[in-house]
Amino acid sequence: MRGRSFVTGVVVAAGSAAGAIALGRRAARRRERVELYFGDGSLMTLSAGSPEAERLLAQARELLAAARG
Amino acid sequence: MAQTSEALRELTEISTQIEAAVVLDREGAVVASTLDDDRAGRLAGPTLQLLRAAEETGPDSESLVQLEAALRDGVVFLVADADRVIAATTGPEPTAGLVFYDLKSCLRALGAEEKPKPAAKPRARRAPAKKAPAPRTRKKQDDAGA
Repeated sequence: MRGRSFVTGVVVAAGSAAGAIALGRRAARRRERVELYFGDGSLMTLSAGSPEAERLLAQARELLAAARG
Repeated sequence: MAQTSEALRELTEISTQIEAAVVLDREGAVVASTLDDDRAGRLAGPTLQLLRAAEETGPDSESLVQLEAALRDGVVFLVADADRVIAATTGPEPTAGLVFYDLKSCLRALGAEEKPKPAAKPRARRAPAKKAPAPRTRKKQDDAGA
């Protein structure tokens, strides 16, 4: 009996951890960011919060609003 | 008037994730668009500003070729080549790789549309095959004598 409840507890804990990781990844994907790709193959990622990113994100928002009318 | 070129029509048919797209030359003139003229014109300014701001952000010597700006309610993509830039918008969480691929293909196709096709060279005619000489037959001595 005690063994079964231990297994149940472990399964519930593992499920919760997996769910938290999945939600975290999803939230990270949804976070506002700008990715810049250059001619030499280099990539620059700017996350929301930095001044450079905010400047580009503001212009991107303006563009998206204009496209959707 | 901004025409919806064949390349853009194909783009919106193939890529269902793309909501709107506009192609500009490097001076900001609208070359083609999936939107009406008014909206395409309104898109030109912010597109050029975004491109220039992104180019200022990057390393000095390198030109920007692609940009993805992920916002809460949608994503803005830019792809640039030496002559043109294409901007496209999608809903949130698109398949970025596919969108970039489709936009690059569209820019290439637009370039091909603008270049006049070279006149087809007349095919060199083959010389007619030589007829094999008819096998010589020796006249029979008898025939010659007759």
